[in-house]
Amino acid sequence: MTALVFLVPIALFLGLLGLVAFFWALKSGQYEDVDGAAWRALQDEDSARIDEAKD
Amino acid sequence: MTCCSPSLELARSEERATGADLRGEELKHAGRLGVDGTVTYVFSVPAIHCGACIAAVEDALRPLPGVVSARVNLTLRRVTVVLAPENASSGTTPLRLVETLERLGYPATPVDLGDLDQLAREKESGKLLLALGIAGFAAANVMLLSVSVWSGADEATRDLFHLISALIAVPAVAISGQVFFRSAFAALRGGRLNMDVPISLALLLSLVLSLYESLTSGAEAYFDAAVTLTFFLLVGRYLDQLMRERARSAVLGIARLAAKGATRIVDGELVLVAIDEVRPGMHLRVPAGERMPVDARVLRGSSDLDRSLVTGESEPVLASAGLHVEAGALNLTGPLDVEALSGAKDSFLAEMTTMMEAAEQGRGAYVRIADRMARLYAPAVHLLAAAAFLGWLVATGGDWYQAVTVAIAVLIVTCPCALGLAVPVVHVVGASRLFQAGILMKDGSALERLAEIDTVLFDKTGTLTTGTPQLSRSDNLSGEESAAARALAARSNHPASRAIRAGLAAGAEPELQAVREVAGSGVEAVIAGRRARLGRPGWVAEIAAPEGLRVDGEFGNGIEDDRRHGEKGNVAFAFEGARLATFGLDEAVRQGAEPALAALRRAGLAVELLSGDGEVPVRRLAGMLGIAHAAFRQSPADKIARIAALQAEGHDVLMVGDGLNDAPSLAAGNVSMAPASACDAGRLAADFVFTRDSLAAVPFAFAIARRAKTLVRTNFALAILYNTVAVPLAMAGLVTPLVAAIAMSASSILVVANSLRLARGGRPARAEPRDADRGEAAAIQGAGRTPQVEPLEIAA
Repeated sequence: MTALVFLVPIALFLGLLGLVAFFWALKSGQYEDVDGAAWRALQDEDSARIDEAKD
Repeated sequence: MTCCSPSLELARSEERATGADLRGEELKHAGRLGVDGTVTYVFSVPAIHCGACIAAVEDALRPLPGVVSARVNLTLRRVTVVLAPENASSGTTPLRLVETLERLGYPATPVDLGDLDQLAREKESGKLLLALGIAGFAAANVMLLSVSVWSGADEATRDLFHLISALIAVPAVAISGQVFFRSAFAALRGGRLNMDVPISLALLLSLVLSLYESLTSGAEAYFDAAVTLTFFLLVGRYLDQLMRERARSAVLGIARLAAKGATRIVDGELVLVAIDEVRPGMHLRVPAGERMPVDARVLRGSSDLDRSLVTGESEPVLASAGLHVEAGALNLTGPLDVEALSGAKDSFLAEMTTMMEAAEQGRGAYVRIADRMARLYAPAVHLLAAAAFLGWLVATGGDWYQAVTVAIAVLIVTCPCALGLAVPVVHVVGASRLFQAGILMKDGSALERLAEIDTVLFDKTGTLTTGTPQLSRSDNLSGEESAAARALAARSNHPASRAIRAGLAAGAEPELQAVREVAGSGVEAVIAGRRARLGRPGWVAEIAAPEGLRVDGEFGNGIEDDRRHGEKGNVAFAFEGARLATFGLDEAVRQGAEPALAALRRAGLAVELLSGDGEVPVRRLAGMLGIAHAAFRQSPADKIARIAALQAEGHDVLMVGDGLNDAPSLAAGNVSMAPASACDAGRLAADFVFTRDSLAAVPFAFAIARRAKTLVRTNFALAILYNTVAVPLAMAGLVTPLVAAIAMSASSILVVANSLRLARGGRPARAEPRDADRGEAAAIQGAGRTPQVEPLEIAA
């Protein structure tokens, strides 16, 4: 049972970490354009390549 | 990613050259000045619909000089562009941005940033998402502790876990549950019961009971139930809210048509005044290409007025001194000096708004399905809980603790998680299906109302037809004549001119000299030393060679005259002393009108036509589309009267219209749709706005609404089934926190999974994106089929 003394705080801390990360994402506007973000992930920096790929 | 490779539309950009100055000025006012001198513009670009579009738009805008940043928001179909300070050299004007976008095939309209700010202030979804995050965190952690308890933690460990759970759950519910508490409080104060009353009661009572259990080392705490309940319910609320905000901001995104300012003439000087400062008696100047700011009487000048949005008339009318003009009419060809007859607040526009409000009150009787359920459900739940409490109190001979525990278990188990999710999830999925097809929905109840309709009323001009004429036939023209006619047509804003310009093959154009536009007649210019005219046949015939004239005698510009002369066109072109060539113009039937009407009839709906236009065009269109009941010369009041008559007979009416004259009837119909080209008032009044040209949007939306209705019903059936199993168990005192947690989650997940079926299956042509439209058009031309043009003649 002594394991609980540090396991429970660790579990809660990790949960809080997730919550804080979520707040940060919300604040920094990452939920403003969810559909667009899905596409951007697939895009190359070099847009010339995209044009080629399209043809 | 090949769905939208940019296409060049050269013809369109050429055509626009004349109107550019006006638009450029207007666009400049749409920006917002930042603290560092940069100017931010937000454009609504409905054509953006995939990843390739993002790249195409951003890559086109970023290299322009003066563009600091350009970012596409795919969710809202918007582009935000930040421009360097205006005084910088080689800066890009907002007009250039719009033109660049249009050349790529993405027509853009500026978004009013004032409206956008207001929208951001009213934005609830952000707060709900925050609440959802907190509830999610609490649910995960409390569940973690609860699972340990269920799997055998006891005594001191259990008490510790319960206390930690309490520390997490109480603040989490206090913060996240506010939405429900507020709504429940408001309902109770109003003497009503809504779904939030049993929800709030269950949340609060379960927390209190659990706290008592934890502090007295009891075995059963419902902290996990309280937080998972909050979480699931918030998911439903969040989706509902998100959908509403999306639709609202998308509707705002379409540019406004109403004039925002007016040009006042003070002692011969022109002064710009705000629209609400206009008073009756003021003298105003309305340049060609602008709309009438208020009701007015023409003092000087002559022009053609396009009243199609105001009255539904398809033909422009000639304006000369003394004519009374309604606010919203578009001045086409020449500047007019007018005397204001009303202020902005009591113009024709305002009159329509009043009628709209009156009509809307009649519609207020509709109650959403979820609310109808709540009316039955909330009292039933409370009665059951009370019955359980009293029953146990009697059965156990006064054991308060046991009775309260069971009553709370009943409240928790019946807590309408599944019911709360049953409607919003279906509506969100439905709205996103519609959004993909270019249809914006204002709120979920519209989808419910749409599923109930049995009659569809259409407006004519701008709804069943495109509202703009198309070139349908022309006499054989020599290359020189064709080029000259095209060049002349470019100099006028008149719809007939635009149709001719669009209809004739592009080519090298001659230089024009001494261009003048005669309102009501046409355009005249000198080309290589010869006079040339394009316009009304009688006026053109004045300079043409007499033998080339094939119109016998009178040269009318009305429909009747043209009809009598058989094939004669209604716009003519001639060089001085040369043969007269005529063009035939037809009002184009909106793309997809015929199949759309056929689909609606197949679905068992009655179709009627209500138009403000004259008898002949209405009859012809009705005949073409096979509409039996067609009414013409309908005033806004007539239209409302027709709708009221149908409703009195017990019909549910869908009104589809676009004009200012339709706005009151859009509000009066049980549910309404408008094309994106509709006037402001029309778009605001309509429940659905379709942004693609095709009328296929109407049957598509109806089909989605029908399926949504079926799914909502199955969802309710599932939720009721769940309750019939869970409630007896709870009343028997058999529901432990573990059983409650499993039952609630399972029913919610089942309902969500069922709702998602709307997004799958029966995909009719995957919302026919632009490429499909193009392909279809090409196929029609290739097959030599007559383009979908209504042979309605329009006077030049």
